[in-house]
Amino acid sequence: MSNPTPALPEAEPGFRINALTGAATHASRTLSAPLSAEIAAALSASPKGEVAVRSFDVNIPLLEKNDILAERNRGYFLGRGLAALNLVSSPGAGKTTLLERTLDEFGRQTKCAVLVGDLETDNDGQRLSRPHAPVAQITTGTVCHLDAGMIARAAQSINLDGVRILFIENVGNLVCPASFDLGEQVRVVLLSTTEGEDKPLKYPPIFKSANLVLLTKVDVADVLGFKRDVAVENIRRIAPQAKIIQLSARTGEGLPEWYAFLRGLGDRP
Amino acid sequence: MHEVGIMQSALDAIRDQAEKHHATRVTRIVLRIGALAGVDLEALRFAYEALSPGTVAQDAALEIEAVPARAHCVGCDREFGVERGFIFKCPTCGEYSGDIRTGRELGIARLEFP
Repeated sequence: MSNPTPALPEAEPGFRINALTGAATHASRTLSAPLSAEIAAALSASPKGEVAVRSFDVNIPLLEKNDILAERNRGYFLGRGLAALNLVSSPGAGKTTLLERTLDEFGRQTKCAVLVGDLETDNDGQRLSRPHAPVAQITTGTVCHLDAGMIARAAQSINLDGVRILFIENVGNLVCPASFDLGEQVRVVLLSTTEGEDKPLKYPPIFKSANLVLLTKVDVADVLGFKRDVAVENIRRIAPQAKIIQLSARTGEGLPEWYAFLRGLGDRP
Repeated sequence: MHEVGIMQSALDAIRDQAEKHHATRVTRIVLRIGALAGVDLEALRFAYEALSPGTVAQDAALEIEAVPARAHCVGCDREFGVERGFIFKCPTCGEYSGDIRTGRELGIARLEFP
């Protein structure tokens, strides 16, 4: 390394006397008795009633292990020139059905791969298995979400040569996957018309983090009395940043828009 | 739900900082945590009580600086505070905002060594 790394800011000159009394915005644990006694003694021994404390503004971001692995995945995917999508929804919202049809249609022009997570069985992996698209099944046992480490291992297990779009089908769960970055480029949240229109209001964190919300099974919306406009308004209230596509993997309604979205990702250099 | 993991990362970073400044103990730790960071402060304190014994941080006072959520309205070009929840609605024009300006902070703001 020719350039010296910038040093952290040094301690402010001078003394501070607020080691024990500094303002906190929240209740804090007090110093332990031995250290408190030691500082009290130092305070009383000091003629000015001051005690030297070295204070540093460090501003260190805290990342958990998963965040570090997720950043590694993101770099790996970018380096390979592929776009990774993390598909999240309740169980039964239609993730696998949408991916089946997407692989059969869009996947014939643009090479796709799938990592699919469930607690048990490789049923979804079997359903998604296509000669033209590598698939890896992740079984999590009792874990209610995929994490970045599982994705790193599963991505190593398949051949990603030529793949432009990597679909990650998360475990069906609207709560825990919100907290686990997988290193994806796009987070896709599915809401089906067999669920309530108010689901975005009931499970806001996952919708808040969405880049794209797919309103699925719209072909049966009328039969179910599902009010699409109410659902769209609820999505917009929580996630105004998210693009919304209404589609049906059965009738094909809305799929051209979904494929156009994917094409836009795959075309990126 | 990952407060223990976050606190472990914090204690690792604090140990590194203490070594760097030739300190064997830490008197004060100030964490800066945004309202949208997804961290439960009680659980974080609990994790600190559980994990800090035996480390340079075991005798320190732990303070948490809570950062409120603020969003930016594109239409009005102004920032507004969000009291609670996940719906960021501009108080002036009523438009919803996805542009979060503060509230996602999660880090160590300040350390003091004796």
